[in-house]
Amino acid sequence: MSTSSGYISSTPSLEPSGTGSPVLEVDDLHVEFRVRSGVVHAVNGISYHVDQGETLAILGESGSGKSVSAQAIMGILDSPPAVITGGGIHFQGRDILTMTEEEQRQIRGPGIAMIFQDALSALNPVYSVGFQIGEMFRAHRGTSKKEAKQKAIELMDRVRIPAAARRVNDYPHQFSGGMRQRVMIAMALALDPRILIADEPTTALDVTVQAQVMDLLKDLQRDTGMGLILITHDLGVVNEVADRVAVMYAGRIVETGTVDEVFTRPAMPYTVGLMNSIPQVEAKGGRLKPIVGQPPNLARIPSGCPFHPRCPRARTGAAAAAGRDCVTDLPLLRVVTPGREAACHYSEEVLGG
Amino acid sequence: MGRYVARRLLLTIPVLIGASFLIFAMVYALPGDPIRALAGDRPLAPAVVAQLRAQFNLDDPLVIQYGKYVAGLTHLDLGTDFHQRPVLEIITDRLPVTVKLTVVAVLLEASIGLVAGVFAGIRRNGYFDNLVLVSTTLIISIPILVLAFVSQYVLGLKFGWFPIAGIQQGWYSYLLPGLVLASGSLAYVARLTRTSIAENMNADYVRTAKAKGLPRRTIIVRHTLRNSLIPVITFIGADVGALLGGAIVTEAVFNIPGIGRAVFDAVRGQEGAVVVGIVTLMVFFFIFFNLIVDVLYAVLDPRIRYD
Repeated sequence: MSTSSGYISSTPSLEPSGTGSPVLEVDDLHVEFRVRSGVVHAVNGISYHVDQGETLAILGESGSGKSVSAQAIMGILDSPPAVITGGGIHFQGRDILTMTEEEQRQIRGPGIAMIFQDALSALNPVYSVGFQIGEMFRAHRGTSKKEAKQKAIELMDRVRIPAAARRVNDYPHQFSGGMRQRVMIAMALALDPRILIADEPTTALDVTVQAQVMDLLKDLQRDTGMGLILITHDLGVVNEVADRVAVMYAGRIVETGTVDEVFTRPAMPYTVGLMNSIPQVEAKGGRLKPIVGQPPNLARIPSGCPFHPRCPRARTGAAAAAGRDCVTDLPLLRVVTPGREAACHYSEEVLGG
Repeated sequence: MGRYVARRLLLTIPVLIGASFLIFAMVYALPGDPIRALAGDRPLAPAVVAQLRAQFNLDDPLVIQYGKYVAGLTHLDLGTDFHQRPVLEIITDRLPVTVKLTVVAVLLEASIGLVAGVFAGIRRNGYFDNLVLVSTTLIISIPILVLAFVSQYVLGLKFGWFPIAGIQQGWYSYLLPGLVLASGSLAYVARLTRTSIAENMNADYVRTAKAKGLPRRTIIVRHTLRNSLIPVITFIGADVGALLGGAIVTEAVFNIPGIGRAVFDAVRGQEGAVVVGIVTLMVFFFIFFNLIVDVLYAVLDPRIRYD
């Protein structure tokens, strides 16, 4: 859409700081929830980075800590009970966690924006969509109410909502699920953020609409050069749009690499399990191969490798190599092949087949 | 919306007819003879009694009496009490007093209840929140009769801050009775607001507002308060209808000549026409303000439409 020329102008402080460093860098982040029944270790030292124009997919099952880490970046964790106990989140070189409230607020929107899974509950039911999109301009740029509405219409056009000018005063419940998600996207993109976090953006949508929304996100990313963090458990979506993928398990990243590498030659038994659980057209009629067992309880994460109770390759006692006992020794994320990291004592064997 | 309101207003007609007939029947069923009660210790001549009975249709069966009453209604004749005073005049005389009391009570209820509820809800489980919880529990659990006498004695008589009774000092005389009358609803408004706000603070759209980088004030006022106040405002609206029905206890303790006192006196004197006229009016107020609440609901929450 060519109507956008007027408002894509970042505040000077938000310009990319040099070409070398990533736009967003998460460094050894720890988040725990202190609840009455104990401490839930939701995120246990994760590190990742996102470059300009890049799509990083964070893949994991429910409770693996993928959404919590995103909420930590946005500063929208419910605290209490959530507490960030360590690590840093560097946006354009500056640590968000050491900034003042006001500095953090100014980053939300023009710097980092987020779209949520359920657009119906994430949009306020008593305000029109135009008002809610326009709020971004009013809060961050001091735009007048009238002008903000005009920009909202332009944005709705840009995310391909039909008859935007007519629908700008409609309320969220008057839109279909796919259109509502577009409203969310329009709102997040309003101030041309450098990083967009999409937390399961298509989970609540039906399959054809899912594809449309992902295509839209891809197009918008190409236009704006923003970095995209895609949080999902949908392997198909990851395969289609992501450049790199980080697989999370029990609050840790257990494998990273390019999508091609991770999907074709996983180096960690959990990832292997994920890939095996994808239905294959060739194996039609056969049974799916699930990962056995339950996801770990984050209040009592298993010792050693958190995945060992479910791992078909787990070795302990005499069968294990020295210092690589899956039940007692925690495997750290390490480089297994260039550009590839995995947290498994026996990645080489996993890769070898 | 217009059609919806019209339909609801039309529906009040059968409700009012049914209500007035029920009240009529109840007064008819009261034991004792109203004429004897009127006479007191001094016996009346049988001829006078007969004449009075004929004048007020007391010897007719229930349905005939009611029919005559409704016939009078068609030309705005609500009948008279036993002293020949038209019921309509009693109502126009007493209603402004009750309206004033209601206005004071609702203003106190809305302002104090809302402010207390908002601050308690924003800092849930804080010191102020606990204070609100304890004090509202106390207020709700004390019967209004006790509250009325105690406040009259302490604030009116001992400290002399408020007039003890009557309405001689204009709006100021309504302050203490209004507070007593509002106390229960005030406590309820505070709790309702608190719960509603605390719930909305955790809503997904409030999280979105934060993720949009909105200032904290905007998040609370625009994205939390507005949504939280919908149930509170509708409660207050319905409460106006209930309060306009008059407050028998409060008006009696503070000697306020409102509609509640009038209906109480009329029931004791078995003044059928007065009771029916006033109580039917109370029913109308109640229905009317509930209709206003329903309309208000649609204005406040765009998801509700009556088409």
